[in-house]
Amino acid sequence: MIKVQRLVKRFGVKTVLHNLDFQVQEGEFVALMGPNGAGKTTLLRILSSLMKPTYGKISVAGYSLPEQSSHVRSRLGIVSHLPLLYGDLTAEENLRFFGKLYNINNMPNRIGEVLDLIGLMQRKNDLVRTFSRGMQQRLAIGRAILHNPEVLLLDEPHTGLDQDACEMLDQLLKNVAVQGRTVVMTSHDLVRVQDLASRFDVLTKGKVSASISANHLEEDGLITFYRHALEASA
Amino acid sequence: MSEQKTESSFLQSVSAVVWKDLTAELRSREIFSAMFVFALLVVLIFNFALELEAGTRASVAAGVLWATFTFAGTLGLNRSMSMEKDRGCLDGLLLAPVDRSAIFFGKMVGNLVFMLIVELVVIPLFSILYNINLIQPGLLLVTLLGSIGYIAVGTLLSAMAVQARTRDILLPILLFPVVIPVVIAAVKASSGYLQGIPMNEITPWLNLLVVYDIIFLTTAWLVFDKVVEE
Repeated sequence: MIKVQRLVKRFGVKTVLHNLDFQVQEGEFVALMGPNGAGKTTLLRILSSLMKPTYGKISVAGYSLPEQSSHVRSRLGIVSHLPLLYGDLTAEENLRFFGKLYNINNMPNRIGEVLDLIGLMQRKNDLVRTFSRGMQQRLAIGRAILHNPEVLLLDEPHTGLDQDACEMLDQLLKNVAVQGRTVVMTSHDLVRVQDLASRFDVLTKGKVSASISANHLEEDGLITFYRHALEASA
Repeated sequence: MSEQKTESSFLQSVSAVVWKDLTAELRSREIFSAMFVFALLVVLIFNFALELEAGTRASVAAGVLWATFTFAGTLGLNRSMSMEKDRGCLDGLLLAPVDRSAIFFGKMVGNLVFMLIVELVVIPLFSILYNINLIQPGLLLVTLLGSIGYIAVGTLLSAMAVQARTRDILLPILLFPVVIPVVIAAVKASSGYLQGIPMNEITPWLNLLVVYDIIFLTTAWLVFDKVVEE
């Protein structure tokens, strides 16, 4: 579903991604971990067509980037630590606005369905700026899955959430957002991603330095795996 | 998982962005109040500072009027694009599978509506304070043409400036040199109407405004995608 070959991204003289190879199969949930500055967000921005690569071959959902970016954009949803929502619009108005941009069929039904899934039906007429951070993040997930994307990119979605909101977000991701989709999530919270992902990749110095499937991990083994990966790449 | 996906039409995307900007502004009134208060202050300050005689009023009023519109417009342009950037909404817009020039035209129409509303309030006030009749069809046409050119360039450059840390000061630095032709043409044409100059002397300035509008609308349509690209 996602195939990245020899990806290079430079900002001026600084190279952030060094010949990165990365592949995600359909239906896989990959957690992308790594220290700050490793290139996680840059990779996600390139995969979402918000940023152009310097070199490299990228395909998402069968379409190549950056040439077919419009096709890619219609097939992916993004959740980041910023809500990407308008505070002066209600929850329903936000979804309606993005629904128009994505030309959603049967929009009232789909919006109702999404509001039910994220548990915000009762608050659909409230302005988003009156929502708590956790509620805004749930609505951000609603916005991201509104057009039923095949690929979901999550860029540190737990940032700024308290413990309860994190748990609610995880539940939502498990039950609703993720099902049947291909997901790539960046995170620094190893305990949280261990419950969610089916594969764990460590990104250091612009390359995938280690990768392990969830089946091969023992309980609490992710922290040890992550430490070893960082030590090996130091 | 694919039944929801179809491409949104250009006009549908433009109208969605306009609807979103107007609805949000109707609730917050952030852009309008900033522009209106600033415009009112400029008009009042110039009124007391210049104390114009009837003879010189017509020649100076056009300059004061366009200085007011230009500076108030910059405030609105800055705020309009900052609101997109602050909550990551610009990324949300750019992630949509729509022609990115539709986003430009949507933002531009929204900004133009805010500017025209401020102008519609300022022009009668200006007429009263300066004791000069600005409500003339020719003058209103100049206001419309000048505003289209100014907002077209302003929306494009504000999308560029918003990526920078110093966006608040960057926009005027980028914008004012580029809009000099439109401001000069608008001042000359407005002044011509106010002083009752023959139409054949005003027409070249009107033509310049029309050409400027066409050039910059086309340029913005062609380059907006590159401007917002990282």
